[in-house]
Amino acid sequence: MANPLVEVKNLTFKRGERTIYDKLNLRVEQGKITAIMGPSGIGKTTLLKLIGGQLIPEQGEILFDGQDICKMSRAELYRARNRMGMLFQSGALFTDMSTFDNVAFTIREHTRLPEALIRKIVLMKLESVGLRGAADLMPSELSGGMARRAALARTIALDPDLIMYDEPFTGQDPISMGVIISLIKRLNEALQLTSIVVSHDVQEVLSIADYAYIIADKRVIAEGSAQQLLASRDPQVIQFIKGEADGPVHFHYPARDYVQELFE
Amino acid sequence: MRQTTKYEFWVGLFLLLGIAALVFLGLKVANVQGFNEAKSYHISATFDNIGGLKVRAPLKVGGVVIGRVTDIELDPKTYLPVVKIAINQAYHDIPDNSSLSIKTSGLLGEQYVALSLGFDDGETTEMLKDGSKIIDTKSAIVLEDLIGQFLYGDKNKSEHADAGKESAEADSQ
Amino acid sequence: MIVNMISAFGRTAITFCRSLGSAGFMLWGALIGKPQIRKHFPLLIKQLHVLGVQSLLIIMLSGLFIGMVIGLQGYVVLVDFAAETSLGQLVALSLLRELGPVVTALLFAGRAGSALTAEIGLMKATEQLSSLEMMAVDPLRRVISPRFWAGVIAMPILAIIFTAVGIWGGSLVGVDWKGVDAGSFWSVMQNSVSWSYDILNGFIKSLCFAVSVVWIALFNGYHCIPTSEGISKATTKTVVNASLVVLGLDFVLTAVMFGAG
Repeated sequence: MANPLVEVKNLTFKRGERTIYDKLNLRVEQGKITAIMGPSGIGKTTLLKLIGGQLIPEQGEILFDGQDICKMSRAELYRARNRMGMLFQSGALFTDMSTFDNVAFTIREHTRLPEALIRKIVLMKLESVGLRGAADLMPSELSGGMARRAALARTIALDPDLIMYDEPFTGQDPISMGVIISLIKRLNEALQLTSIVVSHDVQEVLSIADYAYIIADKRVIAEGSAQQLLASRDPQVIQFIKGEADGPVHFHYPARDYVQELFE
Repeated sequence: MRQTTKYEFWVGLFLLLGIAALVFLGLKVANVQGFNEAKSYHISATFDNIGGLKVRAPLKVGGVVIGRVTDIELDPKTYLPVVKIAINQAYHDIPDNSSLSIKTSGLLGEQYVALSLGFDDGETTEMLKDGSKIIDTKSAIVLEDLIGQFLYGDKNKSEHADAGKESAEADSQ
Repeated sequence: MIVNMISAFGRTAITFCRSLGSAGFMLWGALIGKPQIRKHFPLLIKQLHVLGVQSLLIIMLSGLFIGMVIGLQGYVVLVDFAAETSLGQLVALSLLRELGPVVTALLFAGRAGSALTAEIGLMKATEQLSSLEMMAVDPLRRVISPRFWAGVIAMPILAIIFTAVGIWGGSLVGVDWKGVDAGSFWSVMQNSVSWSYDILNGFIKSLCFAVSVVWIALFNGYHCIPTSEGISKATTKTVVNASLVVLGLDFVLTAVMFGAG
């Protein structure tokens, strides 16, 4: 792999008694779209939070552009975060300001650019996600898909190097789904970003990902390009990709013998 | 944000309302004729019993407040209460043979110190100044003593009256 | 059984200490640091509007009604002792020393405190706080700090307004309705109310209450479980805890300020 922007080495993370990750290893190549997939509930959002420095792991290193996030001071972490963007599942727009102000928020917070210039930048970013006409609407007036696109405009406002997408396809109708998919791909190419997409919508994600990881059982169980994964023979991978109801992840929750329980 | 001016207006109004309320409290409600301790001189007096006198009780001459009690302590040698009073500098013509008594305002009100002006004969008396002591003091009236006097005094009188009646009867027989 | 009770008690005590500690950390993080006046002042103004101006109506109405009720009840009792001229003193002292700060704090906890907790809890649940962090903006300085200062500034002002309106309401009942002599009403009141002893102490009380109520409201919102059930639990916790703390603190402060005299 040429130039990993993010490297996760031997990551062990526990939440209380439960081990979420056990010696996880990951690399995200610069300029490419990397997908992280897996069954729901294994903590994919947690992984993004770990990369962003919001959580500290028990063990391991998370290198962002060569520097370990876990060991950074607060000031260094904030500087690193300026180069990252995160798109949350719900968009997480600030409900007390308009869409325009939401997108302008990061610019106003971190720069001292004059308002006229900020206005142009915000309109450009909104145009790139197709929401320039909705600039004056409040977040409560936007539909779910539009809110997500507005949040995306806010994330790219300061041109970050890395964007992390947390379940961007969940609960979208086919049209919005198509919009998001094409946006992620186009933005990655146009702005030369590195993207990490966390999702369990296999077909959608594999259609745009350059490289993918499947995480289950606290570690990576498969990795490779989209074609490699689709051609894999590992039963866990096959069950996940094909979406089969029964396989290594059982359909039945562990229980006693059926006949015995019915007739006792 | 366009709405900032609207918010600022209402918040300004709110603060103004608060200040107005504070001024109202200050002028109409509280005792603004606060006693300025800096322009006062201190005197002391010894009483037998101060009753319910408290620090900050007023010193009145003819009902007008001219000072305040600043300290009440027991004299370490005689164990009699010593009261220190601060008098407004404006009243500096009080003869030092004036007398102090502890009175009660109203029937059940708080107690205060009343000053009766002494006689200024122009030769031997001095005016009160910082550090003066007033010697002529009348203690507070303790309610229990008063009631006791009333009850036992009455019993004595009725005993005498009975004895008088008996002797009168004995005489008449 | 007893062992269980003791261990449950111990666990509660430890949890209490831990939450007090994290509350302290949160407040520390929110208040320490250079204030960025130009950026944060508009936020402060907006929060003052939300917490202060929008509570005005309920505070003024409550103050008016409570003042009138005290005036009425006080008159009914005092008139038996022919002491109705002391009505002004009764109304003023009870409002200034106790009812003004305490009732304002309770109303504020119910109205503004629960709103604060719910708002911050919702921001946490919709991941607005997380996205602030990811945008390298400190949510403590941006969200918590303006609300804290706005609450601490607004509540004592509300208490003063409450007291003033209450005293005026008491005078409405006493003088205008029941016929107590206006001159005696105000002069007896003025004689018995001292600036430093009553008004200032009442103000200090409401300042302490303000810090407690706002701190509890912000802490419960910031540390709530980010689900709808968690938010509703946190809001209830704010109102209950803040009210209890205000009443308990009131006893302590009263004992210190007025009880020793």
